[in-house]
Amino acid sequence: MKNWGFTISTSRTIDMDKADLKTYNKITEKVPSAKRCLMCGACSATCAAHNHTSFNFRKCHLSFRRGQFENLAEELDKCMLCGKCKLVCPRGVNTRAIIFNMRIFLNDLNYKKISL
Amino acid sequence: MKFNLFVIPFILGALILFAIIIYKYIRWIKSVDRKQEYFIRKNIFTFKTIRAIGEIIREALIHNKIYKKNPLLGYMHMSLAFGWFLLIVVGMIESSLSSGTLFKEPWLGIFFNYFITTPHGFHMADTLSFIMDLLLLIILSGVMLALIKRMRARFMGMKKTTKHHLYDRLALTSLWFIFPLRLLAESTTSAIHDNGSFLTGSIGNLISGLPVQAMELPLWWAYSMALFFFFVSLPFSRYMHIPTEVVHIFLKNWGVTVGEQYSGYSDIQINSCSRCGICIDPCQLNYACDITNVQSVYFIRDTRYNTLKDEVANNCLMCGRCSESCPVGLDLTMLRQQLRNKQEIPGKLYYNFIKKDNAIETTDVIYFAGCMTHLTPKIIISMKKIFKSAGINYWFMDEENGVCCGRPLRQQGFVQQSKDLVSKNLRIITESGAKLLVTSCPICYKSFKDEYTLSIPVMHHSEYIEQLVMQKKLKLNKTTIKTVYHDPCELGRGANIYDQPRNVLNKFTSLIPSESEREDSLCCGGSLSNTLIELSQQIKIRDNALEELTKHNPDVLITACPLCKKSFIHGNKAKVMDLAEIIADNIITDLNNNTTSSKVNKAELVLN
Repeated sequence: MKNWGFTISTSRTIDMDKADLKTYNKITEKVPSAKRCLMCGACSATCAAHNHTSFNFRKCHLSFRRGQFENLAEELDKCMLCGKCKLVCPRGVNTRAIIFNMRIFLNDLNYKKISL
Repeated sequence: MKFNLFVIPFILGALILFAIIIYKYIRWIKSVDRKQEYFIRKNIFTFKTIRAIGEIIREALIHNKIYKKNPLLGYMHMSLAFGWFLLIVVGMIESSLSSGTLFKEPWLGIFFNYFITTPHGFHMADTLSFIMDLLLLIILSGVMLALIKRMRARFMGMKKTTKHHLYDRLALTSLWFIFPLRLLAESTTSAIHDNGSFLTGSIGNLISGLPVQAMELPLWWAYSMALFFFFVSLPFSRYMHIPTEVVHIFLKNWGVTVGEQYSGYSDIQINSCSRCGICIDPCQLNYACDITNVQSVYFIRDTRYNTLKDEVANNCLMCGRCSESCPVGLDLTMLRQQLRNKQEIPGKLYYNFIKKDNAIETTDVIYFAGCMTHLTPKIIISMKKIFKSAGINYWFMDEENGVCCGRPLRQQGFVQQSKDLVSKNLRIITESGAKLLVTSCPICYKSFKDEYTLSIPVMHHSEYIEQLVMQKKLKLNKTTIKTVYHDPCELGRGANIYDQPRNVLNKFTSLIPSESEREDSLCCGGSLSNTLIELSQQIKIRDNALEELTKHNPDVLITACPLCKKSFIHGNKAKVMDLAEIIADNIITDLNNNTTSSKVNKAELVLN
């Protein structure tokens, strides 16, 4: 079969009743602008890490919002925090802060240093 | 022996003070880095120690840097520090002369007037007692100014002063009480024995009608108790800076520096902070965004009392304006960096996925644009034109698949991750065998300079362009454009590059000065160090900087940082250009000699 470089996503169901949506609120408390995100994907288009890998901030953000945390910590570790995404965001979302906080949240034990 | 029971609080206080201070210093100096200890041992018996003593007199006693900020504020600090110091020294001399021996009761100098009541008993007695009164008067004027400063800070050139803790308030109150009580105690004794000079003597005469015999001892007791309270609260309050600043100046002069890891030297720096609050006014978060609890003075206070919160540590632009204004010369940005550092996950490789696909080219010059420069493609096009016009053989390292320099990660405390990126970039740079690395982004520049162990020189494009212009490799059109230059934080305060871009601009444009430039330059608000402020606050900081920069209506606002350019361009106040752009626009290209290159240039200009 011809390889087009992309495939059709396999269908999946997300049961929003079972999803842990409270976690996302902790992020939006710290970064209120996260709520403005409309998942346009401009951040992923400019991403420096996206050049090398399939890392996709938009996807990570969406998964986090839906409470799907599988493999997310490893995925987020690919980000270089360069901040290009923040500059291109048409909605003024502080994307860098979202990644920073998601990373600390998911790796809580490893990253925590300053006591709150 | 000259003794009275009221001496006991003073002696007790002094003993407690010295015990705590010595205990603390031994603990801190023990935990200074091993590498740093080497500097101490190497430099302790050199000229540097003498230089340190000079600096102690200049800064810890006379407060030269505060004088430069505001003469009245400087006088206030000097009268208390230098005045009290002299009061102790002259008191010692006075007591030695009166008793005729160097070794006498150590408290004699402090309570001299009570014990030595014969007014003209020894050599120079009148002169010394005159000097003592004069010094007391100077200190009292300082206390008066301090009181006024508490009520109206603007009078002393400060818009805001520090909001203090309870400890500090207690210590401050006892400090303010010491000198008026001394004055009253000496005056009462003078009223009885007539042993005072112009100040205590006159007040003594005034109050001689009162029951001075009954007042004398209680007043001396009160004076001694005030000293006791001050001494005991000193190690736990901001007044710990008095002895610690001296230690700090010695260590600084011996070459000890603040590293990335929290160590004993960080403790010494944190305790050297006098919480004077001079760092509050220059902070743009304070006056543009009205965020008033994150400034360096509060950050250091919270660190010292272990009450530091993430919000305080992370809410900082790391622009370095506070470090520049600090009269003690603390490395405030680096201290914040130390506290931000996350615990490391040993041995984990984060960026395994990075594989260098493009072949590494071997050239003399490597050009590293940086992530941000890729968002301002005009800078890249201009740099390409500059390289071509100067006839330089270069390799554009991160044209495709660039890797971040690692500094943004490091500023957020992800040190391990940052090191991973550093090693990746380092390998590429060494393998290319280049002799020079040119970068367009000040953040990358600082990273390459400080965090990489490169064997080749690193240049920011402003330095490199200056060099090319000086070597006459670039010929520039004379223009009449009115320009103003904005110092990017990382390039100016971060790497001390102020003159190079100005030299170039002065060559072919008319560069006008701005209100706050060089060390005082403002932050554009785009700083990557702050993850907490929102866009609206960032815009306030930007507009504040733009207002200052465009005061004299320049035609073009020149900067040397893609991030600053990106921030300012949305302010719509003036035309914003990078240094490379304005150079590229004004290069004289020799059409006869090199027709092919000029065609390319035209094609590139169309792309603009």
